[in-house]
Amino acid sequence: MTRDIDQVGWTRDEMARRLALDIPDGSYVNLGIGIPELVARFVPEGRMLIYHTENGLLGMGPSPEKGAGDPELINAGKRQVTALPGAAFFHHADSFAMIRGGHIDLCVLGAMQVACNGDLANWSTGEPDAIPAVGGAMDLVAGVKSVYVITQHGTKSGEPKLVERCTYPLTGRGVVNRVYTELAVIDVTPAGFVLVELSPGVDFEHVRERTGAPLRRR
Amino acid sequence: MIDKSVPGPAAAVADIRDGASVMIGGFGEAGSPIELIHALIDQGARGLTVISNNTGSGEVGLAALLKAERVSKIICSFPRTANSTVFPELYRGGKIELELVPQGTLAERIRAGGAGIPAFYTPAAVGTPLAEGKESRLFGGKEYLLEHGLRADFALIKGRRADTHGNVVYHKTARNFGPIMAMAAGVTIVQVNSVVPAGGIDPEVVVSPGIFVDRVVEVAEPAHESELVAAGATYP
Repeated sequence: MTRDIDQVGWTRDEMARRLALDIPDGSYVNLGIGIPELVARFVPEGRMLIYHTENGLLGMGPSPEKGAGDPELINAGKRQVTALPGAAFFHHADSFAMIRGGHIDLCVLGAMQVACNGDLANWSTGEPDAIPAVGGAMDLVAGVKSVYVITQHGTKSGEPKLVERCTYPLTGRGVVNRVYTELAVIDVTPAGFVLVELSPGVDFEHVRERTGAPLRRR
Repeated sequence: MIDKSVPGPAAAVADIRDGASVMIGGFGEAGSPIELIHALIDQGARGLTVISNNTGSGEVGLAALLKAERVSKIICSFPRTANSTVFPELYRGGKIELELVPQGTLAERIRAGGAGIPAFYTPAAVGTPLAEGKESRLFGGKEYLLEHGLRADFALIKGRRADTHGNVVYHKTARNFGPIMAMAAGVTIVQVNSVVPAGGIDPEVVVSPGIFVDRVVEVAEPAHESELVAAGATYP
Protein backbone atom coordinates (compact mmCIF):
# COMPACT_ATOMS: atom_id res chain seq x y z
CA MET A 1 0.00 0.00 0.00
CA THR A 2 1.51 3.34 -1.03
CA ARG A 3 1.32 6.15 1.46
CA ASP A 4 1.62 9.85 0.75
CA ILE A 5 4.44 11.30 2.85
CA ASP A 6 2.00 13.94 4.16
CA GLN A 7 -0.76 11.42 4.80
CA VAL A 8 -2.21 11.79 8.26
CA GLY A 9 -4.19 8.87 9.59
CA TRP A 10 -5.76 6.03 7.67
CA THR A 11 -5.71 5.64 3.87
CA ARG A 12 -9.03 5.03 2.15
CA ASP A 13 -8.38 1.29 2.15
CA GLU A 14 -7.55 1.40 5.85
CA MET A 15 -10.74 3.35 6.58
CA ALA A 16 -12.71 0.70 4.72
CA ARG A 17 -10.89 -2.09 6.57
CA ARG A 18 -11.55 -0.41 9.93
CA LEU A 19 -15.26 -0.13 9.11
CA ALA A 20 -15.45 -3.75 7.96
CA LEU A 21 -14.22 -4.88 11.40
CA ASP A 22 -17.45 -3.51 12.90
CA ILE A 23 -19.87 -5.44 10.68
CA PRO A 24 -21.25 -8.54 12.41
CA ASP A 25 -21.16 -11.93 10.69
CA GLY A 26 -24.30 -12.67 8.68
CA SER A 27 -25.31 -9.04 8.15
CA TYR A 28 -27.24 -7.87 5.11
CA VAL A 29 -25.36 -4.79 3.93
CA ASN A 30 -25.92 -2.10 1.31
CA LEU A 31 -22.82 -0.24 0.17
CA GLY A 32 -23.09 3.18 -1.46
CA ILE A 33 -21.06 4.30 -4.46
CA GLY A 34 -17.42 5.41 -4.06
CA ILE A 35 -15.38 4.80 -0.87
CA PRO A 36 -18.19 2.64 0.60
CA GLU A 37 -17.65 0.10 -2.20
CA LEU A 38 -14.12 -0.53 -0.85
CA VAL A 39 -15.55 -2.07 2.32
CA ALA A 40 -16.44 -5.26 0.44
CA ARG A 41 -12.73 -6.01 -0.03
CA PHE A 42 -12.02 -6.20 3.69
CA VAL A 43 -14.50 -8.57 5.23
CA PRO A 44 -12.64 -10.18 8.16
CA GLU A 45 -11.72 -13.85 7.88
CA GLY A 46 -14.49 -16.17 9.02
CA ARG A 47 -17.34 -13.69 8.50
CA MET A 48 -19.88 -13.81 5.73
CA LEU A 49 -21.84 -10.75 4.69
CA ILE A 50 -24.58 -10.60 2.10
CA TYR A 51 -24.46 -7.50 -0.07
CA HIS A 52 -27.65 -5.90 -1.31
CA THR A 53 -27.63 -3.58 -4.29
CA GLU A 54 -30.85 -1.62 -4.58
CA ASN A 55 -31.27 -2.12 -8.30
CA GLY A 56 -32.30 -5.68 -7.52
CA LEU A 57 -29.70 -8.16 -6.27
CA LEU A 58 -28.90 -9.82 -2.94
CA GLY A 59 -25.67 -11.77 -2.90
CA MET A 60 -23.67 -9.35 -4.99
CA GLY A 61 -20.12 -10.48 -5.69
CA PRO A 62 -17.01 -8.74 -7.01
CA SER A 63 -16.46 -7.38 -10.52
CA PRO A 64 -16.37 -10.07 -13.19
CA GLU A 65 -13.18 -11.26 -14.89
CA LYS A 66 -12.38 -9.18 -17.93
CA GLY A 67 -14.68 -10.15 -20.79
CA ALA A 68 -16.93 -12.29 -18.58
CA GLY A 69 -19.31 -9.50 -17.56
CA ASP A 70 -22.98 -9.09 -18.42
CA PRO A 71 -24.26 -5.54 -19.10
CA GLU A 72 -27.47 -6.56 -17.37
CA LEU A 73 -25.78 -7.72 -14.17
CA ILE A 74 -24.82 -4.42 -12.56
CA ASN A 75 -24.78 -2.67 -9.20
CA ALA A 76 -26.36 0.60 -8.11
CA GLY A 77 -23.28 2.43 -9.44
CA LYS A 78 -24.09 0.83 -12.83
CA ARG A 79 -20.86 -1.16 -12.75
CA GLN A 80 -20.78 -4.80 -13.78
CA VAL A 81 -20.75 -7.22 -10.84
CA THR A 82 -21.29 -10.93 -10.25
CA ALA A 83 -23.95 -12.91 -8.40
CA LEU A 84 -22.59 -15.26 -5.73
CA PRO A 85 -24.02 -18.72 -4.94
CA GLY A 86 -27.25 -18.13 -3.01
CA ALA A 87 -27.95 -14.81 -4.76
CA ALA A 88 -31.42 -13.59 -5.68
CA PHE A 89 -32.81 -11.10 -8.20
CA PHE A 90 -35.95 -9.06 -7.53
CA HIS A 91 -37.83 -6.03 -8.77
CA HIS A 92 -37.53 -2.49 -7.41
CA ALA A 93 -40.61 -2.47 -5.17
CA ASP A 94 -39.31 -5.60 -3.40
CA SER A 95 -35.81 -4.14 -3.21
CA PHE A 96 -37.05 -1.00 -1.47
CA ALA A 97 -39.37 -3.06 0.75
CA MET A 98 -36.14 -4.66 1.99
CA ILE A 99 -34.74 -1.18 2.61
CA ARG A 100 -37.74 0.68 4.03
CA GLY A 101 -39.08 -2.37 5.81
CA GLY A 102 -36.00 -2.58 8.04
CA HIS A 103 -34.69 -5.85 6.58
CA ILE A 104 -31.25 -4.50 5.69
CA ASP A 105 -28.96 -4.36 8.74
CA LEU A 106 -26.51 -1.72 7.63
CA CYS A 107 -25.82 0.75 4.88
CA VAL A 108 -22.52 2.51 4.30
CA LEU A 109 -22.73 5.86 2.55
CA GLY A 110 -20.52 8.74 1.54
CA ALA A 111 -21.29 12.26 2.76
CA MET A 112 -20.95 15.91 1.92
CA GLN A 113 -21.88 16.84 5.50
CA VAL A 114 -22.89 15.05 8.69
CA ALA A 115 -24.32 17.12 11.55
CA CYS A 116 -23.88 16.33 15.25
CA ASN A 117 -27.61 15.51 15.46
CA GLY A 118 -27.20 12.81 12.79
CA ASP A 119 -28.52 14.82 9.85
CA LEU A 120 -26.95 13.73 6.57
CA ALA A 121 -26.41 15.72 3.36
CA ASN A 122 -25.05 13.63 0.49
CA TRP A 123 -27.07 14.20 -2.67
CA SER A 124 -26.96 17.83 -3.76
CA THR A 125 -25.04 21.05 -3.25
CA GLY A 126 -28.28 22.89 -3.94
CA GLU A 127 -26.56 25.10 -6.51
CA PRO A 128 -29.02 26.44 -9.07
CA ASP A 129 -27.43 24.88 -12.16
CA ALA A 130 -26.71 21.51 -10.52
CA ILE A 131 -28.70 18.62 -11.97
CA PRO A 132 -30.56 17.25 -8.96
CA ALA A 133 -30.28 13.46 -8.64
CA VAL A 134 -31.22 11.57 -5.52
CA GLY A 135 -31.42 7.85 -6.33
CA GLY A 136 -32.07 5.58 -3.35
CA ALA A 137 -30.22 7.53 -0.64
CA MET A 138 -33.32 8.97 1.05
CA ASP A 139 -35.00 5.57 1.19
CA LEU A 140 -31.84 3.93 2.56
CA VAL A 141 -31.36 6.35 5.44
CA ALA A 142 -35.07 6.22 6.27
CA GLY A 143 -35.27 2.46 6.53
CA VAL A 144 -31.98 0.67 7.09
CA LYS A 145 -31.31 -0.25 10.73
CA SER A 146 -27.82 1.31 10.99
CA VAL A 147 -26.32 4.02 8.80
CA TYR A 148 -22.53 4.34 8.75
CA VAL A 149 -20.84 7.15 6.86
CA ILE A 150 -17.34 6.78 5.45
CA THR A 151 -15.74 10.01 4.29
CA GLN A 152 -12.70 12.24 4.43
CA HIS A 153 -12.80 14.36 7.60
CA GLY A 154 -12.77 17.60 5.62
CA THR A 155 -13.48 18.85 2.11
CA LYS A 156 -10.72 19.37 -0.44
CA SER A 157 -10.64 23.05 0.54
CA GLY A 158 -10.30 22.16 4.23
CA GLU A 159 -13.84 22.82 5.46
CA PRO A 160 -15.06 20.34 8.07
CA LYS A 161 -17.60 17.78 6.88
CA LEU A 162 -18.67 17.03 10.45
CA VAL A 163 -20.68 20.10 11.34
CA GLU A 164 -23.13 21.66 13.79
CA ARG A 165 -25.87 21.97 11.13
CA CYS A 166 -25.82 20.84 7.50
CA THR A 167 -25.87 23.73 5.05
CA TYR A 168 -26.47 21.49 2.03
CA PRO A 169 -29.94 20.04 1.36
CA LEU A 170 -30.62 17.07 3.66
CA THR A 171 -30.84 13.44 2.64
CA GLY A 172 -32.36 12.52 5.99
CA ARG A 173 -32.88 13.92 9.46
CA GLY A 174 -31.11 12.35 12.46
CA VAL A 175 -30.16 9.21 10.54
CA VAL A 176 -26.39 8.70 10.89
CA ASN A 177 -25.13 6.34 13.63
CA ARG A 178 -21.38 6.40 13.10
CA VAL A 179 -18.74 8.16 10.96
CA TYR A 180 -15.41 6.72 9.75
CA THR A 181 -12.83 9.23 8.53
CA GLU A 182 -9.08 9.09 7.94
CA LEU A 183 -8.62 10.57 11.42
CA ALA A 184 -11.09 8.78 13.66
CA VAL A 185 -14.18 6.72 14.26
CA ILE A 186 -16.92 8.94 15.72
CA ASP A 187 -20.35 8.02 17.04
CA VAL A 188 -23.37 10.26 16.62
CA THR A 189 -25.17 10.23 19.96
CA PRO A 190 -27.98 12.24 21.58
CA ALA A 191 -25.11 14.26 23.14
CA GLY A 192 -23.49 14.92 19.75
CA PHE A 193 -20.23 13.60 18.31
CA VAL A 194 -18.37 11.18 20.59
CA LEU A 195 -14.93 9.81 19.75
CA VAL A 196 -14.73 6.01 19.47
CA GLU A 197 -11.19 5.59 18.20
CA LEU A 198 -8.31 7.68 16.87
CA SER A 199 -6.33 6.48 13.88
CA PRO A 200 -2.71 5.64 14.74
CA GLY A 201 -0.50 8.69 15.26
CA VAL A 202 -3.42 11.13 15.42
CA ASP A 203 -4.20 12.90 18.68
CA PHE A 204 -7.56 14.07 19.99
CA GLU A 205 -6.79 17.79 19.60
CA HIS A 206 -5.94 17.29 15.91
CA VAL A 207 -9.35 15.75 15.31
CA ARG A 208 -11.23 18.21 17.51
CA GLU A 209 -9.75 21.19 15.62
CA ARG A 210 -10.90 19.73 12.31
CA THR A 211 -14.41 18.92 13.46
CA GLY A 212 -17.05 21.62 12.98
CA ALA A 213 -19.05 20.75 16.10
CA PRO A 214 -18.12 19.80 19.68
CA LEU A 215 -16.36 16.43 19.93
CA ARG A 216 -16.36 14.62 23.24
CA ARG A 217 -14.38 11.74 24.57
CA ARG A 218 -16.35 8.79 25.86
CA MET B 1 -57.66 -17.63 -28.51
CA ILE B 2 -55.17 -15.33 -26.88
CA ASP B 3 -52.04 -14.30 -28.73
CA LYS B 4 -50.41 -11.11 -27.49
CA SER B 5 -47.46 -11.27 -29.85
CA VAL B 6 -47.15 -8.44 -32.34
CA PRO B 7 -44.96 -8.48 -35.44
CA GLY B 8 -42.36 -5.87 -34.46
CA PRO B 9 -41.53 -2.81 -32.38
CA ALA B 10 -43.15 -0.41 -34.88
CA ALA B 11 -46.52 -2.17 -34.68
CA ALA B 12 -46.20 -2.42 -30.88
CA VAL B 13 -45.91 1.34 -30.33
CA ALA B 14 -48.07 2.57 -33.23
CA ASP B 15 -50.93 3.91 -31.07
CA ILE B 16 -48.88 5.94 -28.56
CA ARG B 17 -50.39 9.39 -29.07
CA ASP B 18 -49.09 12.91 -28.49
CA GLY B 19 -49.22 13.86 -24.82
CA ALA B 20 -49.28 10.25 -23.58
CA SER B 21 -47.60 9.18 -20.34
CA VAL B 22 -45.09 6.39 -20.85
CA MET B 23 -43.27 4.33 -18.24
CA ILE B 24 -39.91 3.13 -19.57
CA GLY B 25 -38.21 0.28 -17.73
CA GLY B 26 -34.52 -0.01 -16.99
CA PHE B 27 -31.90 0.97 -14.45
CA GLY B 28 -29.03 2.39 -16.44
CA GLU B 29 -28.75 0.17 -19.48
CA ALA B 30 -29.98 -2.95 -17.69
CA GLY B 31 -33.54 -3.54 -18.84
CA SER B 32 -33.71 -0.50 -21.11
CA PRO B 33 -36.03 -1.41 -24.04
CA ILE B 34 -33.91 0.30 -26.67
CA GLU B 35 -35.67 -1.13 -29.73
CA LEU B 36 -39.11 -0.07 -28.45
CA ILE B 37 -37.78 3.42 -27.66
CA HIS B 38 -36.26 3.73 -31.14
CA ALA B 39 -39.59 2.64 -32.64
CA LEU B 40 -41.29 5.35 -30.60
CA ILE B 41 -38.84 7.94 -31.98
CA ASP B 42 -39.66 6.74 -35.52
CA GLN B 43 -43.38 6.90 -34.75
CA GLY B 44 -43.15 10.58 -33.87
CA ALA B 45 -45.37 11.07 -30.77
CA ARG B 46 -44.57 14.33 -28.93
CA GLY B 47 -45.29 16.03 -25.65
CA LEU B 48 -44.76 12.78 -23.77
CA THR B 49 -44.47 12.42 -20.02
CA VAL B 50 -41.85 9.76 -19.33
CA ILE B 51 -41.49 7.88 -16.05
CA SER B 52 -38.07 6.23 -15.83
CA ASN B 53 -35.32 5.88 -13.21
CA ASN B 54 -32.63 7.55 -15.34
CA THR B 55 -32.39 9.73 -18.44
CA GLY B 56 -30.27 7.49 -20.66
CA SER B 57 -26.69 7.85 -21.83
CA GLY B 58 -25.02 8.89 -25.05
CA GLU B 59 -27.48 9.63 -27.85
CA VAL B 60 -29.29 6.31 -28.15
CA GLY B 61 -32.37 4.83 -26.48
CA LEU B 62 -33.98 7.05 -23.86
CA ALA B 63 -31.39 9.81 -24.34
CA ALA B 64 -32.20 9.84 -28.08
CA LEU B 65 -35.93 10.19 -27.31
CA LEU B 66 -35.10 13.20 -25.12
CA LYS B 67 -32.70 14.61 -27.71
CA ALA B 68 -35.47 14.48 -30.32
CA GLU B 69 -37.48 16.74 -27.95
CA ARG B 70 -40.40 14.35 -27.74
CA VAL B 71 -40.57 14.49 -23.94
CA SER B 72 -41.99 17.50 -22.11
CA LYS B 73 -41.73 16.05 -18.59
CA ILE B 74 -39.76 13.30 -16.92
CA ILE B 75 -40.46 11.71 -13.55
CA CYS B 76 -37.14 10.30 -12.46
CA SER B 77 -34.90 9.48 -9.49
CA PHE B 78 -31.40 9.87 -10.92
CA PRO B 79 -31.16 12.01 -14.07
CA ARG B 80 -27.39 12.49 -13.73
CA THR B 81 -25.33 9.53 -14.94
CA ALA B 82 -21.97 8.99 -16.59
CA ASN B 83 -22.29 9.75 -20.32
CA SER B 84 -25.58 11.51 -19.71
CA THR B 85 -25.26 14.79 -21.57
CA VAL B 86 -28.59 15.16 -23.34
CA PHE B 87 -30.75 15.65 -20.26
CA PRO B 88 -28.55 18.25 -18.53
CA GLU B 89 -28.57 20.39 -21.66
CA LEU B 90 -32.37 20.23 -22.04
CA TYR B 91 -32.91 20.83 -18.31
CA ARG B 92 -30.60 23.84 -18.14
CA GLY B 93 -32.23 25.18 -21.30
CA GLY B 94 -35.67 24.96 -19.68
CA LYS B 95 -36.84 22.52 -22.36
CA ILE B 96 -37.92 19.72 -20.05
CA GLU B 97 -39.73 19.55 -16.72
CA LEU B 98 -38.26 17.29 -14.04
CA GLU B 99 -40.13 15.71 -11.14
CA LEU B 100 -37.43 14.27 -8.91
CA VAL B 101 -38.56 11.33 -6.79
CA PRO B 102 -36.52 9.16 -4.40
CA GLN B 103 -35.91 5.80 -6.07
CA GLY B 104 -37.87 3.72 -3.56
CA THR B 105 -40.73 6.19 -3.56
CA LEU B 106 -40.78 6.05 -7.36
CA ALA B 107 -40.93 2.24 -7.25
CA GLU B 108 -43.66 2.20 -4.61
CA ARG B 109 -45.72 4.87 -6.41
CA ILE B 110 -45.66 2.69 -9.51
CA ARG B 111 -46.45 -0.48 -7.54
CA ALA B 112 -49.31 1.29 -5.74
CA GLY B 113 -50.66 2.68 -9.01
CA GLY B 114 -50.76 -0.81 -10.43
CA ALA B 115 -52.31 -2.27 -7.29
CA GLY B 116 -55.24 0.16 -7.00
CA ILE B 117 -53.77 2.07 -4.06
CA PRO B 118 -54.22 5.82 -4.67
CA ALA B 119 -51.71 6.99 -2.05
CA PHE B 120 -49.53 5.80 0.82
CA TYR B 121 -47.22 7.12 3.52
CA THR B 122 -43.44 6.69 3.39
CA PRO B 123 -40.61 7.74 5.73
CA ALA B 124 -38.28 8.54 2.82
CA ALA B 125 -37.47 12.23 2.23
CA VAL B 126 -38.95 13.48 5.52
CA GLY B 127 -37.12 16.68 6.49
CA THR B 128 -35.61 17.15 3.03
CA PRO B 129 -36.35 19.59 0.19
CA LEU B 130 -38.28 16.80 -1.58
CA ALA B 131 -40.86 16.90 1.24
CA GLU B 132 -41.84 20.49 0.48
CA GLY B 133 -45.56 20.88 -0.19
CA LYS B 134 -46.30 17.28 0.77
CA GLU B 135 -48.82 16.26 3.37
CA SER B 136 -47.23 14.57 6.38
CA ARG B 137 -48.60 12.57 9.27
CA LEU B 138 -47.28 10.96 12.43
CA PHE B 139 -47.64 7.20 12.95
CA GLY B 140 -46.26 5.87 16.21
CA GLY B 141 -44.60 9.23 16.82
CA LYS B 142 -42.65 9.11 13.55
CA GLU B 143 -43.24 11.38 10.57
CA TYR B 144 -44.23 10.06 7.14
CA LEU B 145 -45.02 11.73 3.81
CA LEU B 146 -48.08 11.15 1.69
CA GLU B 147 -47.14 9.97 -1.80
CA HIS B 148 -49.51 9.22 -4.66
CA GLY B 149 -49.74 6.11 -6.79
CA LEU B 150 -48.56 6.54 -10.34
CA ARG B 151 -50.11 5.14 -13.49
CA ALA B 152 -49.31 5.68 -17.15
CA ASP B 153 -50.99 5.23 -20.51
CA PHE B 154 -48.23 2.92 -21.73
CA ALA B 155 -45.27 0.95 -20.36
CA LEU B 156 -42.26 -0.07 -22.47
CA ILE B 157 -40.35 -2.92 -20.84
CA LYS B 158 -37.57 -5.33 -21.70
CA GLY B 159 -37.84 -8.97 -20.63
CA ARG B 160 -35.93 -12.10 -21.59
CA ARG B 161 -38.70 -14.43 -22.67
CA ALA B 162 -42.47 -14.27 -22.94
CA ASP B 163 -45.22 -16.62 -23.99
CA THR B 164 -48.15 -15.72 -26.19
CA HIS B 165 -50.31 -15.15 -23.08
CA GLY B 166 -47.92 -12.39 -22.00
CA ASN B 167 -46.22 -14.21 -19.13
CA VAL B 168 -42.71 -12.76 -18.81
CA VAL B 169 -39.39 -13.76 -17.27
CA TYR B 170 -36.52 -11.31 -16.98
CA HIS B 171 -32.73 -11.38 -17.09
CA LYS B 172 -30.70 -10.71 -13.93
CA THR B 173 -30.73 -7.06 -12.77
CA ALA B 174 -32.61 -6.07 -15.93
CA ARG B 175 -35.79 -7.01 -14.04
CA ASN B 176 -35.67 -3.75 -11.99
CA PHE B 177 -38.81 -1.72 -12.85
CA GLY B 178 -40.33 -4.18 -15.35
CA PRO B 179 -42.75 -6.11 -13.12
CA ILE B 180 -44.17 -3.03 -11.39
CA MET B 181 -44.45 -0.90 -14.53
CA ALA B 182 -46.25 -3.77 -16.23
CA MET B 183 -48.93 -3.52 -13.52
CA ALA B 184 -49.30 0.25 -13.69
CA ALA B 185 -49.92 1.02 -17.37
CA GLY B 186 -53.04 1.00 -19.51
CA VAL B 187 -51.11 -0.75 -22.27
CA THR B 188 -47.99 -2.72 -21.36
CA ILE B 189 -45.61 -3.54 -24.18
CA VAL B 190 -42.72 -5.95 -23.54
CA GLN B 191 -39.82 -6.68 -25.87
CA VAL B 192 -38.16 -10.05 -25.28
CA ASN B 193 -35.41 -12.11 -26.87
CA SER B 194 -37.91 -14.86 -27.65
CA VAL B 195 -41.66 -15.37 -27.68
CA VAL B 196 -42.73 -18.95 -27.05
CA PRO B 197 -46.15 -20.64 -27.25
CA ALA B 198 -48.29 -20.72 -24.09
CA GLY B 199 -46.93 -23.54 -21.96
CA GLY B 200 -43.36 -22.75 -22.96
CA ILE B 201 -42.61 -21.08 -19.61
CA ASP B 202 -42.91 -23.02 -16.34
CA PRO B 203 -45.72 -21.31 -14.36
CA GLU B 204 -43.52 -21.59 -11.24
CA VAL B 205 -40.97 -19.18 -12.68
CA VAL B 206 -43.25 -16.59 -14.30
CA VAL B 207 -42.34 -13.15 -12.91
CA SER B 208 -44.92 -10.94 -14.64
CA PRO B 209 -48.20 -12.85 -15.09
CA GLY B 210 -49.77 -12.28 -18.52
CA ILE B 211 -52.75 -10.36 -17.12
CA PHE B 212 -50.41 -7.37 -16.71
CA VAL B 213 -49.05 -7.57 -20.26
CA ASP B 214 -50.84 -6.50 -23.44
CA ARG B 215 -48.27 -6.94 -26.20
CA VAL B 216 -45.10 -8.97 -26.55
CA VAL B 217 -42.57 -8.31 -29.31
CA GLU B 218 -39.63 -10.47 -30.22
CA VAL B 219 -36.30 -8.65 -30.54
CA ALA B 220 -33.96 -11.61 -30.81
CA GLU B 221 -30.70 -9.74 -30.33
CA PRO B 222 -31.32 -6.49 -28.49
CA ALA B 223 -28.59 -3.84 -28.56
CA HIS B 224 -26.67 -2.95 -25.41
CA GLU B 225 -26.68 0.75 -24.66
CA SER B 226 -23.07 0.82 -23.43
CA GLU B 227 -21.83 -0.80 -26.64
CA LEU B 228 -23.75 1.68 -28.78
CA VAL B 229 -22.45 4.60 -26.70
CA ALA B 230 -18.86 3.29 -26.87
CA ALA B 231 -19.20 3.07 -30.65
CA GLY B 232 -20.44 6.69 -30.77
CA ALA B 233 -23.81 5.61 -32.18
CA THR B 234 -26.72 8.05 -32.44
CA TYR B 235 -30.40 7.53 -33.22
CA PRO B 236 -32.01 8.10 -35.60
